Amino acid sequence: MTASPQLELTTAPFLHRGLSTRRVMFEVLASLVPVVAAAIYFFGLAAVLLVLAATAGAVLVEWAFDAQGTRALRDGSALLTGVLLALTLPPSLPMWMAFLGGAIGIGLGKTIWGGLGHNLFNPALVGRAFLQAAFPTAMTTWARPGLSFAEIRPATLAWPFMKPAADVVTTATPLGLAKFDHQYTGLWPLLAGTTAGSLGETAGLVLIACGLWLAIRRVFDWRLPVSTLLSVAFFSALLRAFGGEAYPGPAFMLCSGGLLLGAVYMVTDPVTTPLTPRGAWIFGAGCGLLVVLIRVFGGLPEGVMYAILLMNAVTPLINRYTQPRVFGGEGR
Amino acid sequence: MAALRRTLTFRHGVHPDEHKEATCRLPIQRMPFVDEYVLPLSQHIGRPAKPVVRPGQRVQRGELIAEPDGFVSSAVHSPVTGTVAAIEMRPHPTGRKMEAIVVRADPFASQRFVRRSDRPREDMEPDEIVAAIQRAGIVGLGGAAFPSHVKLKVPPGKRVRFAILNGCECEPYLTADHRTMAERPRAVLRGLELIMKVTGAERGYIGVEVNKPDAIARLREEIPDGMPITVVPLAVKYPQGAEKALIDAIFHKEVPTGKLPLDLEIVVQNVGTAAAIADLFATGQPLIERVVTVSGPGVRRPANLLVPIGTPVRAVLEHCGGLLPSTRQVVLGGPMMGHAQKDLDVPVVKGTSGVIALDRLAPVTDEQPCIRCGRCLEACPMFLNPSLLATLARAERVADLKEHHILDCYECASCSFVCPSHIPLVQLMRVGKALVRERGSN
Ligand code: SF4
Ligand code: SF4
Repeated sequence: MTASPQLELTTAPFLHRGLSTRRVMFEVLASLVPVVAAAIYFFGLAAVLLVLAATAGAVLVEWAFDAQGTRALRDGSALLTGVLLALTLPPSLPMWMAFLGGAIGIGLGKTIWGGLGHNLFNPALVGRAFLQAAFPTAMTTWARPGLSFAEIRPATLAWPFMKPAADVVTTATPLGLAKFDHQYTGLWPLLAGTTAGSLGETAGLVLIACGLWLAIRRVFDWRLPVSTLLSVAFFSALLRAFGGEAYPGPAFMLCSGGLLLGAVYMVTDPVTTPLTPRGAWIFGAGCGLLVVLIRVFGGLPEGVMYAILLMNAVTPLINRYTQPRVFGGEGR
Repeated sequence: MAALRRTLTFRHGVHPDEHKEATCRLPIQRMPFVDEYVLPLSQHIGRPAKPVVRPGQRVQRGELIAEPDGFVSSAVHSPVTGTVAAIEMRPHPTGRKMEAIVVRADPFASQRFVRRSDRPREDMEPDEIVAAIQRAGIVGLGGAAFPSHVKLKVPPGKRVRFAILNGCECEPYLTADHRTMAERPRAVLRGLELIMKVTGAERGYIGVEVNKPDAIARLREEIPDGMPITVVPLAVKYPQGAEKALIDAIFHKEVPTGKLPLDLEIVVQNVGTAAAIADLFATGQPLIERVVTVSGPGVRRPANLLVPIGTPVRAVLEHCGGLLPSTRQVVLGGPMMGHAQKDLDVPVVKGTSGVIALDRLAPVTDEQPCIRCGRCLEACPMFLNPSLLATLARAERVADLKEHHILDCYECASCSFVCPSHIPLVQLMRVGKALVRERGSN
């Protein structure tokens, strides 16, 4: 033999599809670029600052509590949590709150569970739920979109724990308008992103495109967003059919609020959602039902966050009862 | 979509890169004889064969040197004319040392196989044919090396209606079956006819993945008039060559868990095995050589070789120009289910379908926590939950492992192939299966 290379012994398979958790996270992050760009387009510098603040909080806590040094940081999941959290925040939220939300999201949402893969609840939504509980006013104050890019509202730069100046020109979100004023925003503004709302939730078309891209590349399980959206459509159509015009129709329900953002980016978090295909259908159906119930009958106009968190809690149970049927086993 | 649906396949599975282009057009060539051959007594699933020769004894090419020890056992023959040099422990491709008969070739012998006059006849009774196949040492050549005669003997009260030949060759790099079908379609079809005759099957099927159009065409051309044999083109997917997946692909039927294809009145054999059976009846030649694909980025001259069983892997690689210095692993079999070697003196055995030299390690070194993405579930052809089974295996929860059907796993490694967290799932399946077998009886 010309040269006798040093041969190594490992076990089969000797090929791998080449996917890594890091790669999965970065594919999702890459798909978020247009969403963040839309947020910046509609909400200006405030969007940049909030994304930076939330990710800084998330990444800092991940780093501080990572027993393996910086290893966990490299998988990109903390970064993803930070960006996702930022996208669920109102544009006029003070930066320090976003930072705190990111820190709590990773700390209470992931680290204390044992890190990546072990958490029960979606960390970004844990961060958001914390902010909603701690700062209910700031979390429901909606700045009107369409300021010039560099214009920063004083609230954004408010000092931590100081009362922010009440200077925001506020407005209502389409869901608020629908719930409290029975005014329905048209479909086009909802899809085009010209309405008020959280940073990443208003540009419907962008979210749909990103979702399709992720589904085609099989980055996530398409059943999860599809079942969620189908379920919302089904239950709101049901209400319409039996409850009449007083209830919002399916198209409005689907395109307003955080539903598209949640369906594409939160419902599809593999860790906190069922891993069996049948479980995915059940999870989505449950999310959709809860979204409709909370939005229509609850005290708040929006319900996506609570719907997903509640279903996260049920996920282990769903997994348990939807184990796949073995090939050649009973129950085809 | 309609076109996709028309190409049959099984459900789940994975799509590794095929890597077949280096060898799929290379005709099978004979590997020259070497000085020494190592013939492990265990080259098949079941009990090892029993030697019937002594050191120092002269043997002819094709002569029986070890006989089957029981029904689930198969014979071994000398691949060359020469002398028995030793019967001793030698490295085996599975990584252990095993008892083997070492035969030194006679440098002056012609090494031409002499056509036997006592070859088995096709008009023999099925039982006699089955016995002849066992005596000829014919085992499954697809990789698992299950003794062929065991599957061909239909137990009383059972019957076989369909005989399937497995021509999928779904493992990356391998093209030995492809070349056999393209170059020797008649032998393959003769073998299938014999299998149908022995088992009483009414219909024969040959499942071939559509990446071998020439093989499909050649087989179709050569089907004798009136023979109820169908060549079934199948979509390209791994592990379609696994018996249960193949049956699912062709018949859309699931072999019930814990049962065999026989329970669906089906028998499955590999195409190379069929050709070996045909050769046995044509010339009396027992299984003393097989087609091996030598390929991979570490091989200078990839080839499809007809290799005498027992040839050291080192000699096979040297014949192909040797290894490139960048080679990191030499795998016997395919890269999904094969075995890595550190000792190139191991012999080619009956189950060796390929010698694959790879230049980089599979990146399964950096294990991350399971992110429960479900990719392993979508890959598993047995519809298992590898992520759950891996956790249960680590926790040694034997009862739960059994309940979640770990014994149905046939270690195809599809789950490991897709896992983005690089969890060694198939190894954990092996651990889990061993646990259940050891302690699961209660
Ligand atoms: S493929 Fe790997 S990471 Fe995904 S669920 Fe299976 S074991 Fe977990
Ligand atoms: S669990 Fe077993 S049968 Fe299923 S993919 Fe993994 S190795 Fe293959």
